Amino acid sequence: MNTRASLEILGRRTIALIEEFGYYLHLVIESVYWIIAGPFIRQPVRLPAVFGQMMSIGVAAVPIVFMLSFAIGVMLAIQGIHTLKEFGAESKIVLGIAISVTREFAPLITSILVAGRTGSALAARIGTMQVNQEIDALQVMGINPIRYLVAPVLLAMLIMVPALTVLADFAGMVGGAAFCNMDLGMSFAAFWVEATTSITVNDIMQGVTKSYVFAVIITLVGVSNGFSVIGGAEGVGTFTTRSVVVSITYIVLADMIFTYFLNR
Amino acid sequence: MSDANVKPAIEVADLVTHYGTRKILDGINLEVRNGEIMIIMGGSGSGKSTLLRHLLGLHRPTSGSIKLLSTDITTATSAQMHELRKSMGVAFQGGALLSSMTVGENVQLPLREHTKLDEELMTIMARLKLEVVNLGGFEHLRPAQLSGGMIKRAALARAIIMEPKLLFFDEPSAGLDPVAAAELDELILRLRASLKMTIVVVTHELDSAFKIADRITVLDHGRILITGTVDEVRSSPIERVQNLLNRRPRDETIDADEYLSRLTEGVVD
Repeated sequence: MNTRASLEILGRRTIALIEEFGYYLHLVIESVYWIIAGPFIRQPVRLPAVFGQMMSIGVAAVPIVFMLSFAIGVMLAIQGIHTLKEFGAESKIVLGIAISVTREFAPLITSILVAGRTGSALAARIGTMQVNQEIDALQVMGINPIRYLVAPVLLAMLIMVPALTVLADFAGMVGGAAFCNMDLGMSFAAFWVEATTSITVNDIMQGVTKSYVFAVIITLVGVSNGFSVIGGAEGVGTFTTRSVVVSITYIVLADMIFTYFLNR
Repeated sequence: MSDANVKPAIEVADLVTHYGTRKILDGINLEVRNGEIMIIMGGSGSGKSTLLRHLLGLHRPTSGSIKLLSTDITTATSAQMHELRKSMGVAFQGGALLSSMTVGENVQLPLREHTKLDEELMTIMARLKLEVVNLGGFEHLRPAQLSGGMIKRAALARAIIMEPKLLFFDEPSAGLDPVAAAELDELILRLRASLKMTIVVVTHELDSAFKIADRITVLDHGRILITGTVDEVRSSPIERVQNLLNRRPRDETIDADEYLSRLTEGVVD
């Protein structure tokens, strides 16, 4: 009886997961439809809305992304120097920092930050609109909620998350250079030359490619949790929390899978 | 006279809907004539809100058809639906104004999305409609800064900005003081007189219903008890209708066994 019950739970969860991924797919397809076909049927995705989202997703996040990536760069330098000392290979520290920041840490830390800032805000905003019947109101006014609310966010995310990632690449290197300067007496110019020769465009592109995927994950998870809100204020809270936890989980899992395939 | 004046504005035929496995509406047949004010009345859980949501095309029914202005919305394409929505206005119970925008921007929103009018012209049209609902000068406020009655009137202004042929109003007097509710009733009558709209109001307020209705439909447990003029409804011999009109509590007979099993379910084997 017990195994039957747990099998049943497993089955239900699997179906729920498949349903969720189906909904994500539907959201992507419909958003892309509105972005491409909208202007031809006189229901375009509004550029001012996209710019507004770009400001709040990207520009407003610049200081915090810079700060966190700088700190990551410093930490990598500390740990790297400590480890490499064992082999007497401190000179390789720049390579280590440059590769791990561009390939891994910059996209990851940026996306986790955007998931916390924007993904949650997205879920809370759409959830509250759902509770207040604002989504219904849009629909009956002939304003498709996906075109009006989701497509601008998706576009803005696809532009700003990669842009923030490149900024995080830079900030992480500056952080690493600052510590190397203090600890090893390496000049910023020397760090820069070493860094630019040890990484390739491919390393940076690997990080940027991931950031596109993360941008889509954050948008879809935030939006779908927002639309799923039922049960008033408490529901908004529950689904907002869920959106952050689920986005970060998917981001880390996707990162693992991508890193595996991109490095084969 | 044009064809539209002959055909009814709304025709609902054999509408059946479910929520999960529970049947909410059961064989609804309803016709709303052009230019009339139809009140859909019923107690809580009678299915009146569900009926409204189906009339607005927010849900798909299990079976039956709903024709708005001769378009069957259960089979309409999204392009047809889009066109139809431009001639429908809806004032939701809680207003449903977008809280990120000012009142003026809210009222302008349908114009901005569906027309290519000048900015100045849209501003003037929005101000005109706000004057109609006695909210002149409030356009720069946010919905959160308005009282309940003002929000409902602002929502009404947004609903009529495109000069719709069909206007739906969900619980206009719910949560309002008697004076504000009476003002809203006057407003609905004035709108019909000046803009010749077909108006459907969902309410459980008897006074307001009798004051503004041309005809009333009484819903109960997902079925229509009666559709008729104010006098026909008032003099209806149906007991449930009279219960609703005279605010008598329902005296449903209780099945002792069923009652006991509900109380002890999952507790006693």
